[in-house]
Amino acid sequence: MDFTTFLQQLINGASLGSMYALIAIGYTMVYGVLRLINFAHGDIMMVGAFLTYLAYAAGVPFIPSVLLGIIGSILVGILTDKIAYKPLREAPKISLLITAIGISFFLENLFNVIFGGVPRAFNAPDYLTKVFHIDNIYLPVTVIIIPIVTVLILTSVLWVLYRTKYGMAIRALAFDIPTVKLMGINADSIITIVFALGSALAAVGGIFYAISYPSIDPLMGIIVGLKAFAAAVLGGIGSVTGAVLGGFILGFTEILVVALFPDLGGYKDAFAFFFLILVLLFRPTGIMGEDLERSRF
Amino acid sequence: MKILSNIIVKLLLILAAILFISYSQQSLDSYTLGILNNIGIFAILALSYNLINGVTGQFSLEPNGFVAIGAYMTAILLIPADTKSDMYALVDPAPVILHMHSGFLMALIFSGLAAMLVAMLLSFPVFRVRGDYLAIVTLGFGFIIRIFAMNSPAYTNGAMGLNDIPDSANFLWIGGIAVVTFVVMLNVISSKFGRAMKAVRDDEDAAAAMGINTFKIKTTAFMTSAFFEGVGGGLLASFLTTISPDQFSFLMTFQLLIIIVLGGLGSMSGALLATILVMGSMEWLRFLDSDIVIFGHHTGAHPGMRMVIFAVLLIIMMLFARRGLFGDQEFGDLIKKLFSRRRNS
Amino acid sequence: MSTSLLEIRNITMQFGGVTAIDDLSFKVDTGDIYGLIGPNGAGKTTIFNIITGNYYPTKGEIYFDDNDITGTKPNHIVTKGIARTFQNIRLFKSMSVLENIMIGFHQRTNYSYPEAILRFPRYFQNEKRIKTEAMGILEEFGIADYANNAATALSYGNQRKVEIARALATQPKLLLLDEPAAGMNPIETEDLSNIIHKIKKDYDLTVLLIEHDMKFVNAMCNKVTVLDYGEMIFEGKPADAIVDEKVVSAYLGDFTHA
Repeated sequence: MDFTTFLQQLINGASLGSMYALIAIGYTMVYGVLRLINFAHGDIMMVGAFLTYLAYAAGVPFIPSVLLGIIGSILVGILTDKIAYKPLREAPKISLLITAIGISFFLENLFNVIFGGVPRAFNAPDYLTKVFHIDNIYLPVTVIIIPIVTVLILTSVLWVLYRTKYGMAIRALAFDIPTVKLMGINADSIITIVFALGSALAAVGGIFYAISYPSIDPLMGIIVGLKAFAAAVLGGIGSVTGAVLGGFILGFTEILVVALFPDLGGYKDAFAFFFLILVLLFRPTGIMGEDLERSRF
Repeated sequence: MKILSNIIVKLLLILAAILFISYSQQSLDSYTLGILNNIGIFAILALSYNLINGVTGQFSLEPNGFVAIGAYMTAILLIPADTKSDMYALVDPAPVILHMHSGFLMALIFSGLAAMLVAMLLSFPVFRVRGDYLAIVTLGFGFIIRIFAMNSPAYTNGAMGLNDIPDSANFLWIGGIAVVTFVVMLNVISSKFGRAMKAVRDDEDAAAAMGINTFKIKTTAFMTSAFFEGVGGGLLASFLTTISPDQFSFLMTFQLLIIIVLGGLGSMSGALLATILVMGSMEWLRFLDSDIVIFGHHTGAHPGMRMVIFAVLLIIMMLFARRGLFGDQEFGDLIKKLFSRRRNS
Repeated sequence: MSTSLLEIRNITMQFGGVTAIDDLSFKVDTGDIYGLIGPNGAGKTTIFNIITGNYYPTKGEIYFDDNDITGTKPNHIVTKGIARTFQNIRLFKSMSVLENIMIGFHQRTNYSYPEAILRFPRYFQNEKRIKTEAMGILEEFGIADYANNAATALSYGNQRKVEIARALATQPKLLLLDEPAAGMNPIETEDLSNIIHKIKKDYDLTVLLIEHDMKFVNAMCNKVTVLDYGEMIFEGKPADAIVDEKVVSAYLGDFTHA
C-alpha cells in the first residue's frame, strides 16, 4: 500500500474513531457511576440523528437542527433514567439490565413503526459535503471537522470532570454512592447530569455518523452502540480517556485491516467483538486499567 | 413415603404428557399442530434460557446465537449431499460440508454439542471476570454468528440460507424433547448443582465462602442452556425446513426474555406456562399491527406496533411485577404451600 | 513445628493511599476462642477478608496448619478448613433454612452432574445423607422446626444461628465469626454464647471472632488482640485489655455497649 493510500486510511480511521469515541464516553460514564451497561445508549444516539434529520428536512437551519437533536437525546436519556432506572436502583442488578434492554427494544421499534425500517438519506448542508482532493487523497470536509470537534469536546469533558465541582462529584459518585450522599451531594442530580452529558455526546457522534455514511435507520444504534461499548471496555471501562483511546483504536483497526486485507471486509463488524474477547481474556481492566471491582465487604 | 408419592405424581404427569403428545400428533389438524410445535420449540428454548438467567442469575442474551448454531448444524447434517451441491449457489460447498450427514437424533445431539462447545469457549473471557459482560458478549455473539453465516457461503450458503431441510421434526419429537428438557431442568435444580446456582444468584461471595467454585457453576449452567438451545435450533430447522441468517435475530431472544420474566425468573413451570401464554397469543396479538378502532377512532395500521407494546409490557413488568407469575418457585411447591397453610389454620 | 493453627505474619494492607493494616502479627492456637476487637474501621473485617482470600495483602503471609495460604481463593479456603460468617448476615434469600445448610455440604456431596440429572443411586444416597446431617446441625442449634421456612422469615437471632450452622456444615477446623452478636439483645447474646461454646466442644473447633460487645468477648474469649487504625495495640487476656491504657483511649470508654 502506498503512502497516499495509507494516509487516506489513517484519515478515515481518525474520523470513524472519533465517532466511536464520542459514543463510548457515554457508556463508560454511566457504567462508572451506576455499574449499568445502558443498552439504550446506542438507541439514544439514533434518536439524536433522527431528530436532527427531521428538523432539517422540515426547514430548520442545520445548526439549530443539530441542537434540537442533541436536546432530544438528552431528554430521552434523562427520561430513561428517571422512569426506568431510578426506581430500580436498589433492585437486583439483573432487573436493571433487563429493563435497559427493554428500553432499547422499545426505542428501536417505536422509531421503526413511526418512520419505517428503510434507511433514509441524511442530506447534510453543502458546506459539510464538500470534498477536497489533494493528490490522490479523497478528503471530505467532514473527515477534518469531525476529529477536530471531537478533540475539542473531549478536552471540555475532561475539563468538566477534573476542574469543576460537578465533575468532582461525578468522579466521587463513581467511587462510592452512599458516602457521596452523606456529604450532602444530591446524587440523583449528578446522575442526571451524567446521563445528559453522555446522551449529548452520543447524539453528536450519531449526527457525525449520519453525515459520513449518509443514511439513518432505526436500527443504526445497535451495531454502532455495541462497538462503542467494546471500545470503552478496550480503553478501560470507567475511564473517559480510555473510552476515547478505545474508540480510536477500534476505528483505525476497522479501516486499516480492511484496507490491507480486503477479503476480510465482510467481517469488519466482528473486530470489535474480538477486541472485547481479547481484553476480557488478557486484561479485563482495559488499557487505562482502572479497577472498578471494589469489594462489597 | 413422601418420596414415593412424589415419584408417582411425576410419573403420572409424564404419562399424561406422552398421551397428550401422541394423541395430538395423530388427531389434530396441521394448523393446530403447527401452533403446538411452535410452542414446543419455544418451550425448550425458554426452559434452557431460564437456567442461566433465572436460576443462576447471570444476565445473558445468548439464545438466538446458539439456536442459529444448532439450526445450521442440523440442516447441514440432514440435507443429502447432492441436494447441497445444487443448493449452494454462491460458491461450491466446502468438502467437509458435503461429507457431513447423519440421522435425525444424532443431528440434534451434534447441534447441542456444537452450541455447548461454543458456550464453553465464551465462558473463559466472561465468567472469570466479575461484571456484566456476559450480556454484551452474548449480544455481540448473536450478531457475529449472523456475520459469519453471511460471509461463509462455502459452509452456510451465505445470505441465501438452506432449504429443503428434511422435516423429521413432528410433535412426537418436539413434544418429547420438551418433556425431557423440563425433567432435566427440574432434576438439575433439585440437586446440589441447582442449589449452588441459586446460591451464586443470591449472593456470589457467600457462595464462594461456602466452597462453591463460582466459575465452574456458571459455566455448567451456561453450557447446559447452550446444549438445549442448540437442540431447539435443530428442531426449528427441521420444523421450518428452511433457514437463513436473518431468522435468528435479537427478536427471538427478546421474546424468550419476556417469557421467562412473565413466568417468573427461575421457575421452570412458570416458563412453561408463560411460553404457552405468549406464543399462543402471538397469533392473536397480530391485531395490534393492524388498524384498530377505539371509540370510533382508527389508529391506522402500524406494522411492528406489536413489538413496541411488548417492549412496554416488559418494562412495566420489571417495574411493577418483577416476580412474574410463579416467582422463583415451581408450581408444585406453591400448591404444597397452599395446602400446608390450610392445614395449619 | 508450632502449635498455632492460624498465624498472621507481618500483614500490611494498603488500598491506594490508605494503609488499612500495618504490620500486624498474631497467632491463634488450636482450641482458642480468640477475639479481634477494636473501634470501627480498625481493620478487623479486612483481616478476615485477607485470611479468606478476598484480598491479597500488600505484605506478609497467612499460615494455616503450617501451610502458607496467602491469597488462596475463597472457595479453596473452605477446603483447607476455614469457614466464616459475615458482619451483615448473608443468607441465601431465595432458599429455605434447610437448603442454606445443605449448601454448606456442597463440597462433601458426592455425585456428578450427569448422576444428578439421570438420578443415579448416588444422588439419592448423598441427598439423604446430607439432609440428615443438616437436620442434625439444626437440632443442635434448636431451630430444626424452622427447617422448611424461608431463611429470611426467621428472627434476626435465629438467622445468625443459621449462618453459623451453614458455616459449620463445611466441617471447618477454624471458624471466623464477624460480629456474631451484632444487633442482638442480651438474651439472644447469651444464647449465642452458649451455642458457640457448645459447638466448639462438639466439633473440636477453633474460633476467631470480631466483636464490639466487651461483655460477650469477656464471656467467650481466652485471648484477644486489639486493633486501632490497623495496628495492634494490645495482645493478651480480655480482662487485662479492659484496663490497658492504650485500649481505653482508643475506645474512649466505649466498652460496654455493642
